[in-house]
Amino acid sequence: MAIFLSGESQIIVQGMTGSEGLKHTRRMLAAGSTIVGGVNARKAGETVDIDGTGLPVFGTVAEAMEESGADVSVAFVPPKFTKDAVLEAVDAAMPLVVVITEGVPVHDTAVFRAHAEQQGTTRIIGPNCPGIASPGQSNAGIIPADITGPGRIGLVSKSGTLTYQLMYELRDIGFTTSVGIGGDPIIGTTHIDCLQAFEDDPDTDAVIMVGEIGGDAEERAAEFVADTVTKPVVAYVAGFTAPEGKTMGHAGAIVSGSSGTAEAKKQALEEAGVRVGKTPSETARLMREIVRSR
Amino acid sequence: MDLMEYQAKQLFAKHDVPVTLGIVATTPDEARAAAEELGGRVVVKAQVKAGGRGKAGGVKLADGPSEAAERAADILGMEIKGLTVHRVLVDPTADIADEFYFSFVVDRARRGYLCIASVEGGVEIEEVARTNPDAVAQVPIDPVTGVDEAVAREIVARTGFPDDIADRAVDMVLKLWKVFIEEDASLVEINPLAKLGNGTLEALDGKVTLDDNAGFRHPEHDEYDDVEAAEPLERLAREKDINYVKLDGQVGIIGNGAGLVMSTLDVVAYAGEEHGVKPANFLDIGGGASAEVMANGLEIVLGDPGVYSVFVNVFGGITSCDAVADGIVTAFRLLEERGEPVTKPLVVRLDGNNADEGRRILDEAGLGGVERVDTMDGAAARAAELAAAGVQKG
Repeated sequence: MAIFLSGESQIIVQGMTGSEGLKHTRRMLAAGSTIVGGVNARKAGETVDIDGTGLPVFGTVAEAMEESGADVSVAFVPPKFTKDAVLEAVDAAMPLVVVITEGVPVHDTAVFRAHAEQQGTTRIIGPNCPGIASPGQSNAGIIPADITGPGRIGLVSKSGTLTYQLMYELRDIGFTTSVGIGGDPIIGTTHIDCLQAFEDDPDTDAVIMVGEIGGDAEERAAEFVADTVTKPVVAYVAGFTAPEGKTMGHAGAIVSGSSGTAEAKKQALEEAGVRVGKTPSETARLMREIVRSR
Repeated sequence: MDLMEYQAKQLFAKHDVPVTLGIVATTPDEARAAAEELGGRVVVKAQVKAGGRGKAGGVKLADGPSEAAERAADILGMEIKGLTVHRVLVDPTADIADEFYFSFVVDRARRGYLCIASVEGGVEIEEVARTNPDAVAQVPIDPVTGVDEAVAREIVARTGFPDDIADRAVDMVLKLWKVFIEEDASLVEINPLAKLGNGTLEALDGKVTLDDNAGFRHPEHDEYDDVEAAEPLERLAREKDINYVKLDGQVGIIGNGAGLVMSTLDVVAYAGEEHGVKPANFLDIGGGASAEVMANGLEIVLGDPGVYSVFVNVFGGITSCDAVADGIVTAFRLLEERGEPVTKPLVVRLDGNNADEGRRILDEAGLGGVERVDTMDGAAARAAELAAAGVQKG
């Protein structure tokens, strides 16, 4: 098993005909994902050939679901159009929508996320995230498929490249699912959502959580781990030496005042019984110890 | 992007929020002229994108033009939280009867919006929230339905605004909601929101943070970009569309992905403890990492005279390491052509997608001063060591 995304998942790509969409649809197919089509109102009815696979282009998400049985959408649409694309998928009751797009205005995310919660039929991952990969089963997004293979670790991370780094360091053990939740101020799926899903997944033995400075998501996740999670959790937090008040790239990575610092997050996590690595390689070492001792 | 007070007030005025705009001055003489125009007692307020201006001595009262000029001379050039004051706002003094606090903010925890309001305004709201939490109303706002008159009335009632100004407060809430949504702000804050002697409400201060991601909807927001406050290298980076933050260390850092670069800063800081050196900057070349981006990145990092070594830390995800290695080789050539050959040592760590090929390209290029180390921790230690040696040589 895996969480949110499995070998059974039928994926459509919103924005498949754009350059990013095409590039990553090709990569997802090569990774073994089942892609059943794309959505573009202006190109409905056309077929896109990708390395010998003919993918139909549907006019709407609802039509794509009806015709192809899609249950996952990966969105590569530009920021300007992301809100409408996600709202369309939510209204069609698409079960999982993975929003890769970077640079979505926070008010747009606030609206489509709240709408999805009110409809209650769609899980959104992202925006501004690398997506989700269940190695050996399916890959929805831009996480490179060849870093690691299937195994028994679950990973949830705010950061893309740190996700890859940790997957790579633990490639000898492998992963059930790796979820890049994104670092924007408002996101669809949280650390807590993933921790709960990994706790419920019989094939996941232990979880790595990657956080970074800004907000208090890690502190809330720590509380959740203490209350609910029985599986071992190892964490890494980036940004110990980031100066206060400076933005470090991600909208989420802003430290202001005392809360939101890496130190505060580390402390909260350790109090919840989570072992926190000082560096990515130390974090991988901690996870390796846990897996070996089982 | 944070706005300065006078810019926030201009934005408020655009949406008919009651506000006095005052006059911006960049010299004591301009402040004198402003005070003359306004007449009477004035407040001279430092315009920087930082809170706590009053405490830092950046807000002063002045009785008339010559005192306004003196106060402006004191405040201009002052440093507040590391920011130099380049301009002051000269405001007429207001006849304040009561002071309140009001804000709309993006709420990460609830993944929506929060309205925070209090009748205990004019002081630090965090302090009020700590000492008298009941005095601070926190009203979550549904992003789908937003704030209509009914919600505005609820906010005003829950805050406990006095009856005689309740209608005016409702009107104010609705206008500020328009500022928040229509301007794509992630924060709109007024402290103090004042009740004046004549019974009207007015925003005596304003703090607005605009969402940079929404820039495509607001070309008019470009004018708020505070180029003069930026570090020259940060300005250069911005022109080249590179995500760079200058720090005060000796080890230049270049990496791909914000999380990995932040992590690199940490690893270098730990390794540097032993050698007395620290990271000199944050620089994220992003996903593409073309040779040109690499060259621009190197140019910016090496433009910092405090840098004694550079650590290039790349994990090839989508970007393959051979492209990054090609980028480094090309960057060396480009910089040589620009007459700025690389003379400082470079430690390069390439891992992930096509790392072997990338390493081979670097080795074959035989660039002077470039060392390859294959682990992040090992490379950080080497870069710190080289920087320390450079500092010693002077």
